[in-house]
Amino acid sequence: MPDVSDRTAAVHKEDSQVRQKNMIAAHYARLARAPETGDKNVYTFVPGNLTELIRSFDLLPVLPEINALQSAMRGKSRDYIAVAEKLGHSEDVCTYVKCDLGMMKSGNVGPTGERLPPPDLLLLSYTGCFTFMKWFEILREEYTCPVVMLHVPYQGDGTITDSMRRYVVDQLRDKVIPALESVSGRRYDEARLREMLARSARAEDDLVAVLNSARQKPSPIDAYFGGVYYIGPIFSAFRGTVEAVDYYRALRGEVEERGRQGLGPITPDGPMARERFRLVVEGPPNWTSFREFWKMFADEGAVVVASTYTKVGGVYDLGFRHDPDRPLESLAEYCMGCYTNLSLPRRVEMLVNYINDFDADGLLINSIKSCNSFSAGQLMMLREVERLTGRPGGFIESDLVDPRYFSAANIKNRLESYLQMIEQKRAGKTA
Amino acid sequence: MKLGVGIDLGSTTTKAVILGETGEVLGRGITNSRSNYKVACDVALSEALTNARFTLVSGALERAGAGDAQGDLPRLELAFRKQQYLAQLTTLAEVIRALVAPREATGVGRVVGEMLERMERDADAMFQPGASRKSDFFRDLAGSIYLRLAEELARSEGVPFDRLVGLFDKAILDVENRPSGVESFGPYAASALASFPDAPRPLRAAVREAADVPLEIACSVGTGYGRATLPFPREQIRSEILCHGLGAHAMFPATRTVLDIGGQDTKAIQVDERGIVTSFQMNDRCAAGCGRYLGYIADEMNMGLQELGPLACQSTRPVRINSTCTVFAGAELRERLSLGEKREDILAGLHRAIILRAMSLLARSGGVSNQFTFTGGVAKNPAAVGALQSLVRENYGELTMNISPDSIYTGALGAALFARRDGSRAHDAAAVAEGRETA
Repeated sequence: MPDVSDRTAAVHKEDSQVRQKNMIAAHYARLARAPETGDKNVYTFVPGNLTELIRSFDLLPVLPEINALQSAMRGKSRDYIAVAEKLGHSEDVCTYVKCDLGMMKSGNVGPTGERLPPPDLLLLSYTGCFTFMKWFEILREEYTCPVVMLHVPYQGDGTITDSMRRYVVDQLRDKVIPALESVSGRRYDEARLREMLARSARAEDDLVAVLNSARQKPSPIDAYFGGVYYIGPIFSAFRGTVEAVDYYRALRGEVEERGRQGLGPITPDGPMARERFRLVVEGPPNWTSFREFWKMFADEGAVVVASTYTKVGGVYDLGFRHDPDRPLESLAEYCMGCYTNLSLPRRVEMLVNYINDFDADGLLINSIKSCNSFSAGQLMMLREVERLTGRPGGFIESDLVDPRYFSAANIKNRLESYLQMIEQKRAGKTA
Repeated sequence: MKLGVGIDLGSTTTKAVILGETGEVLGRGITNSRSNYKVACDVALSEALTNARFTLVSGALERAGAGDAQGDLPRLELAFRKQQYLAQLTTLAEVIRALVAPREATGVGRVVGEMLERMERDADAMFQPGASRKSDFFRDLAGSIYLRLAEELARSEGVPFDRLVGLFDKAILDVENRPSGVESFGPYAASALASFPDAPRPLRAAVREAADVPLEIACSVGTGYGRATLPFPREQIRSEILCHGLGAHAMFPATRTVLDIGGQDTKAIQVDERGIVTSFQMNDRCAAGCGRYLGYIADEMNMGLQELGPLACQSTRPVRINSTCTVFAGAELRERLSLGEKREDILAGLHRAIILRAMSLLARSGGVSNQFTFTGGVAKNPAAVGALQSLVRENYGELTMNISPDSIYTGALGAALFARRDGSRAHDAAAVAEGRETA
């Protein structure tokens, strides 16, 4: 079983990874102590998360998708999914949901082995994924706690209009802030929020520098497999914190140093060998066989130079920053600007630009069985990107956290075929 | 003679193609895939080498101006096959006898001994010109006769049928997975000629000449599902997508779209005018609707795989079947039969169902462009071909659909072409390294 190798062989870690691991562990530990300390928490989702606003009330964010993927990486999702299916959730339901429900029903023990507190508030701040709404509906039944929902308009025309922005800001002011005030017992403190947003923007600048380092050849980072580590703090509970600012400054330094030395990315199995392929990847990774999945790429010298998954919690590379001068407005724009809320033409445009700007060999899609937010329209996007760039596309399929849908032999076969196709096309060009 | 070899290790069969010095197909070999991949490759290769020697015999006859008007060469080939069969039968007999426990000597032991003797005697009839054989694989040939004899003798001699069958099942694994020697053309050809006393002199000379040609494998490339386990260095392994694309291009140079339906996967491939793959799609997450589906249906209906298509072709009112799940197919089949549907109508519906799934893959890979080449084991099935033809016409209009009688070798042919290319590249590199002029 691939999961076994994930846990047996020694894993190579960069300093920033160790730092991040400690940050996450401390956060979970604080959550575990909440019943004694009296810390209150808010369950919320990664896309469109209002971390600064939540933290400005001294509330702690809990992110169920992160719990699910962390459980998967620790080999626990299979059992959790089985528990959820026993409760009547069908095989086709989003596996993040089932993993989370299974974890909750198994005692709500988080990925670090410590019990998570029940939610004091369920905050749904992104409605681009319909499943999120149903997910919280189930949690609402389970825990008798308040729920607040922020309706986020879809960017159907590819732009955010003034009325869209106003619509979201009004909801923030009239619904979300009062709910946070009520749970925390504190008044909304805009000055504090501004401070946090200023810190967010600093960390976001450094993250963008890290992601853009992949324009170099060889790329010092893998912007998909490595990328999911880089986005960890900023997409989850740490945006707006001093720790996040420090983490991203250190990470940027580390990556820039690798770039100066002309080194490639570090994988869990050590530094990557020669860069032979540069890919753009669309879609979330598989978490249950994450290390094995990455190894399939690394063994072939395939580096991901840009990915869309690392934009689900914000497309900072396109210029968006949290803005202390426009606190609620910029939070509203953030909620509407996450990747899956963009129209298909905008997503195609982004992918085409990545291929051109990062000089990639082509686009590879990892299509997720149980995630329609991502998967709908992907084949059309693939064809469009191929047509507009003239570079070949590849398509593989797996799942988020259900190990049953990771068929290693098939995925490896398709990936190798795709890479050999790129190679054959190159050889054809020079022949 | 320097040869380029391609080996396609599939889930059902392993195929080998040998290319001669001018790139012509010299030999093809096929065997059933088995647990020991290396042996499967060796057997396929040795079959292809044998086939290549026969090609050389034919060439030698022509050069000698003798020709083969009397059809002596096919007769010789049959005699050769018989010798091969008898040799394997001897091995099978040895293994089975060793498996019989001493306490079984007078019962099962005696009966199995009689069965093996009868199998040896029956070999003559089996390899007569015009005799039909269910398959060319030893496992199938020997297995079907053994099973028939076991049924007959278990009843008349009062020994347990299951024990007789169990002995064969155990022994055949051992026989199949024994490392086969390298080329064995010479000895078998000699015994074949010995059993063929009226063989004309030019044929004897041609066999001698062909047996003496030194065949040297200059470069090999492996492909197929088990390719990672092939005894080749990594750079000599190619994805079957590329191999099928190039193989189809070599067979039909105007090919732009290739559909391959094999045992456990279906591939839709687009190629350019040089046979280079530009896009592909494979069946997702499960093997529903692949060749194995038809194998399962054949088992359920107690028919031979090759009998399904012709029966389905007799359908006048095909049944609509949606599920392509291989395991559900059996339930679907029984349900339809219980509703009084005709076997041929159900089969026609099942064939259409798998082709519909292939159509979806084709659409996802970029559609069907002229010319369209259909490869893989399922391309031999007339009902599948008919369903594909009509669906392609409906969706993409009139276009040329190619099916080669050797379509099962498409992947191995592509691999052999890559081997030739790699071989000449390695040759050029060596020449550069040694300071020689490159051609």
